[in-house]
Amino acid sequence: MQYNPVIIEQLILCCQCGIAIAPNPSNMCINCIRNEVDITEGIPKHATLQYCRNCERYLQPPNIWVLAALESRELLALCLKKLKGLNKVRLIDAGFIWTEPHSKRIKVKLTIQKEVFYLEFVVNYQQCDDCARIMAKNMWQSMVQVRQKVNHKKTFFFLEQLILKHNAHKETINIKEVKDGIDFFYSNRSHAIKMVEFLGAVVPIRTKNSEQLISTDIHSNTSNYKFSYSVEIVPVCKDDLICLPIKIARSLGNISPLVICYRVGNSIHVMDPNTLAVSEVATSTYWRNPFISLSTTKNLVEYYILDYILADIQVARSSDFGKNDKTFFARSHLGGILNAGDTALGYDLTSSNFNDYAFDTLNRNSLPDVVLVKKSYPQKRRKNKPRKWKLKSISKEQEEMASRKQDANKMEEDYESFLQDLEEDPELRQNVNLYKTSPSMDIDTTAEESTAEEEDFPEVKLEELLEDLTLEDST
Amino acid sequence: MAVRAQFENSNDIGVFTRLTNSYCLVAIGGSENFYSVFEGELGDVIPVIHASIAGTRIVGRLTVGNRKGLLVPNTTTDQELQHLRNSLPDSVQIQRIEERLSALGNVIACNDYVALVHPDIDRETQEIIRDVLGVEVFTQTIAGNVLVGSYCAINNQGGLVHPRTSVQDQDELSSLLQVPLVAGTINRGSDVIGAGIVVNDWCAFAGLDSTSTEISVVENIFKLHDAQPTAIVKEMRDSLVDTYS
Repeated sequence: MQYNPVIIEQLILCCQCGIAIAPNPSNMCINCIRNEVDITEGIPKHATLQYCRNCERYLQPPNIWVLAALESRELLALCLKKLKGLNKVRLIDAGFIWTEPHSKRIKVKLTIQKEVFYLEFVVNYQQCDDCARIMAKNMWQSMVQVRQKVNHKKTFFFLEQLILKHNAHKETINIKEVKDGIDFFYSNRSHAIKMVEFLGAVVPIRTKNSEQLISTDIHSNTSNYKFSYSVEIVPVCKDDLICLPIKIARSLGNISPLVICYRVGNSIHVMDPNTLAVSEVATSTYWRNPFISLSTTKNLVEYYILDYILADIQVARSSDFGKNDKTFFARSHLGGILNAGDTALGYDLTSSNFNDYAFDTLNRNSLPDVVLVKKSYPQKRRKNKPRKWKLKSISKEQEEMASRKQDANKMEEDYESFLQDLEEDPELRQNVNLYKTSPSMDIDTTAEESTAEEEDFPEVKLEELLEDLTLEDST
Repeated sequence: MAVRAQFENSNDIGVFTRLTNSYCLVAIGGSENFYSVFEGELGDVIPVIHASIAGTRIVGRLTVGNRKGLLVPNTTTDQELQHLRNSLPDSVQIQRIEERLSALGNVIACNDYVALVHPDIDRETQEIIRDVLGVEVFTQTIAGNVLVGSYCAINNQGGLVHPRTSVQDQDELSSLLQVPLVAGTINRGSDVIGAGIVVNDWCAFAGLDSTSTEISVVENIFKLHDAQPTAIVKEMRDSLVDTYS
């Protein structure tokens, strides 16, 4: 026979209510423990939310203001962050209880390990820093003034596209167009510095910064400054004719002083059309010995190609047709792409009168009559065909003075010229986001396709275009 | 009769008190409130004595005693021993013992007939306990705890033991002690019974935190309901009246 010990569990009386229970660490029954212990202890039942009624944002301590709709997930997260002791308990569920919006009360229902309790948040008004700045007409803290002293705006159109592509204008609070340039405004100095660095990476610039003391607190030893960054872009653009100062020309591998600028990246790329020698003027070199363009794209003259042998091209001015038989010889880097009967744009050195010291030192007899710069497509342009692509633009505040009609016309001209440049230069296009225009226009262009085309007419390929995101109201 | 009391904001009154059927030792506190509770309940029956052992106030933990005797640890000074001798009734033997486990109150639990002792206690000490207190000595543990004095409280009618004492252990202890036992708590769920309560045959003092449930358990198991010394007289009187009527 085997001995089977009968195990009787000992029972004690719950020390509160006296019912028999098995002993446990607190020696209380479950109900008494529940009555006795408040697991929500240490979690505040009331809290305050700061709300800026101007921009309708809530303060997320310490100093971030977030947009949160009533009864939204963001607001709930904000409310729960306000509660200190919440990390000690297991949160099961949280939700809003509807309150009248004007009551400035937000009620939250929390479930903690099956225990439900309610929190009340009082919404207090507090003006956020940004709004306070706006109210005090002291909106910006830092400003980046970008200037280029040339008579067209093409550089800024290009810059605008670059900024859009890299989203460099994300932190700007205001963009203002002014004469010869653009001003960017920032609420934070570091954002302005970031912008200056971005500009330095894409265009040749020179910067100067200055600060103005707005206020100072001698007790806490803090001061409030406004910072201005003056950014000057090199006033030399693509396709400009340049007469390099002789010193620079020597330092660039003894290149001929009369060059054309074929590209502006973050340095100036120049080319001697006679010898095809190319060179690069670094930004720092430029600013040590600044020079300006001898002649700009405004002064380009159209020539008709009469004949060519390799790089030697015989041209006549298009405007001379029917008047005289003057022809010129030009040696050009465009020899490969020009054919007899084409037109090209070039600088007319015979009839121009330049006012440039470096140019005066050159031997007049050795100068070419014509410096061809690029091929042109006059017939094609005249058709006024709508483009298949478009660009985006940044909304800018206009300076009051800029609203004159002739300025607007000039701006349109510059813009059109910039678009043509984009079409003609795939390298330039790389840095720009092009978007498809609406499909209805697409059909029109395909219908026109049958007409005879100049075969090398530069067109933007469909693959290069991006779909535009349009938000439409469905109602 | 069970009374709640507190010693200087501490509910562990058993630490500061040694209560037997013939005397009561109370620590010297900052105020007389605690002493007054005992004096009020016991003063006209047994002596309530201010005492210190080795200069400390934890007289309840350092001493052990019953109706017949009192044992004090060897750290007790001569002066204290003399004071106790002068204050205690002549019938109570007092003995200072050489024992490594000097907190006698923690390692020994006794009533007037039986003592439960810590398993590691010296054989000579057990002899002294037997002689001075006039009890049978049993080496025991309570719910696996060797500090038998801390985890139980017994008088001649019953005993309260640690809440985790199994039924078998309770039965065994009960058969040794020849009194009923119950597992329970004191001071709102505290399992240190010896520190929470002091008890003799007609009176118990529990910590102020003790709930009414705990008090009623104490009163039931120690049979304190009408165990006033006068109750015996009343009982005798009743029987006399019965006889002579």
